[in-house]
Amino acid sequence: MDNIILETNQLTKIYDQTKVVDNINLQIKEGEIFGFLGPNGSGKTTTILMILGLTEPTSGEAKVFGYNSTREALKVKRVTSYLPENVGFYEDLTALENLKYIARLNNIPDKKANIKIEEVLGLVGLSEVVNLEVGKFSKGMKQRLGMGVVLIKEPKLAIFDEPTSGIDPKGVEEILELIVKMSKEQNITVLLSSHLLYQIQKICTQIGIISKGRLIAQGSINKIGQELLKEKKEDLLEVKVSNELTPSFIELIKKIEGVVEVKKKSTDYSLQEIYTKYFREE
Amino acid sequence: MSGLKVIFWKELADHLGSRKFLIIFIIICFTAISIVYMLSQNIGEYLDKLSTDYMFLNLFSFSAGSLPSFIFFVSFFGPLIGIIFGFDAINSERSQGSMSLVISQPIYRDSLINGKFLAGLATIAIMLISIIIVILGLELSVFGIAPNLEELWRIAIFFIASIVYIGFWMSLALLFSIIFKQISTSALISIMVWIFFTFFIYMIGNVIADQIVPLDQNSTIEMLTKNESIKSLIMHISPTVLFQEITTAILNPSTKAFSITSLIKAQSLLPTPLSLSQSILVIWPQFVGLIALMLICFAISYIIFMRQEIRST
Repeated sequence: MDNIILETNQLTKIYDQTKVVDNINLQIKEGEIFGFLGPNGSGKTTTILMILGLTEPTSGEAKVFGYNSTREALKVKRVTSYLPENVGFYEDLTALENLKYIARLNNIPDKKANIKIEEVLGLVGLSEVVNLEVGKFSKGMKQRLGMGVVLIKEPKLAIFDEPTSGIDPKGVEEILELIVKMSKEQNITVLLSSHLLYQIQKICTQIGIISKGRLIAQGSINKIGQELLKEKKEDLLEVKVSNELTPSFIELIKKIEGVVEVKKKSTDYSLQEIYTKYFREE
Repeated sequence: MSGLKVIFWKELADHLGSRKFLIIFIIICFTAISIVYMLSQNIGEYLDKLSTDYMFLNLFSFSAGSLPSFIFFVSFFGPLIGIIFGFDAINSERSQGSMSLVISQPIYRDSLINGKFLAGLATIAIMLISIIIVILGLELSVFGIAPNLEELWRIAIFFIASIVYIGFWMSLALLFSIIFKQISTSALISIMVWIFFTFFIYMIGNVIADQIVPLDQNSTIEMLTKNESIKSLIMHISPTVLFQEITTAILNPSTKAFSITSLIKAQSLLPTPLSLSQSILVIWPQFVGLIALMLICFAISYIIFMRQEIRST
């Protein structure tokens, strides 16, 4: 499981004299879910495009399964699925026709493709709208269809660029679940770019943080946390009280040995809880 | 050519199934049929003006009453067909976001633009050939005679020239669809260029020729011919002019030359129709020019497309 399948070497891209991507050295091992983290405009998408061979690097190189992304782009694209940010489809074609087209572009024989499409559509939960034009799809449905496109070519590496942007919370959960599922069940290595920390924390085993084109940290979340923050986190204990919280009560707890800090926290309801509960019951 | 075939068939199916194709096709068919019908109804009035050697070709080049001839119709509306098939080829893929999806599949990037171009040409060919067959069928039933071999050859050349001509406008619109991100911008610019080359090129030719060689009552014949040749030089930039000359010469075998100067020379020739090979000689420069215009246009689109960055946003 220690095979490095994606590697970039001093990858650099310069647009109009600005270094959009600056000497990035990434390493992703087989089976990982790698979170590629960074603010908007930090060079995530450009890096991904260079990995796929869709943009030529100014210097440096990217290798996927040993294939050079620039010179052997076709071989790279054969084993890699890519879901672009704000993915779009042919709006006047149905979901089925869109998937068939993608399957044909991948040289999958029609017979095999039909079986695969049915399986994939079931997996992403679009079986009932197969014959609906994609133009009538909601954003969330389109994204799920995008997941279908990723799965249809049976990739070894799947790259998702902001897969959850503009999706409602329930849809986000579903998409993240799907990514974890396909990574585990089909042993697909995943590269997931996002600026939403919560999602990355939830599913990624390894992360890379990019800022202004530079990769500033790479590794597991705990390892980076230890290196960066250089202090051990104190354990937290949550105490719920039934009566009104009086200052004397707080003083009482503070006196217990080993307690570092006692803070009063108001118990606001979280919108997340309300939302999830509401739509579960629906 | 990985993926080219798949893209070609998909684009072709899109074109043939699209509403815009259906509408244009109905309009053109309807017009073509009414032109032929009008002519066949009043054929008696025009018999003295028609060349009896090439009865069949008459219906393509002759205009009856207030209706324009079929050639004029194609040279006028052909560009619009080409523009309709090209103006949103690339930028619509960009704006709906399907471009990065397709291009990240294991295909070469140029397959996309090649496939679209070839599918557009094929659609134009299918459209033209079906209209020509309709006209031929109508003629057969009206006149009750079959076309001779030479007429068929001439019709075939007319067919190829029309494809190249409409193909030029399509590749021009394709170019604009690559340069301009907005679909409406590329459509408007394409139509502006069409109007310029179809209507204004004549005026501009006149103005420039008169600027370089001013004419007045005392002008010599040399100055007249010089003025005329400058005018024709400028006008021959226009693909519409090239196409009109090609079709006139190929469908009207008695056409021997176009410019005033060569017409003067041609007056000494016998007024008999030219043979097929002679007609081809007359139109050869225009034909090559038209093909070159189309290919140059496509080559520029190709280069710009290959150098453009693929960003989904």
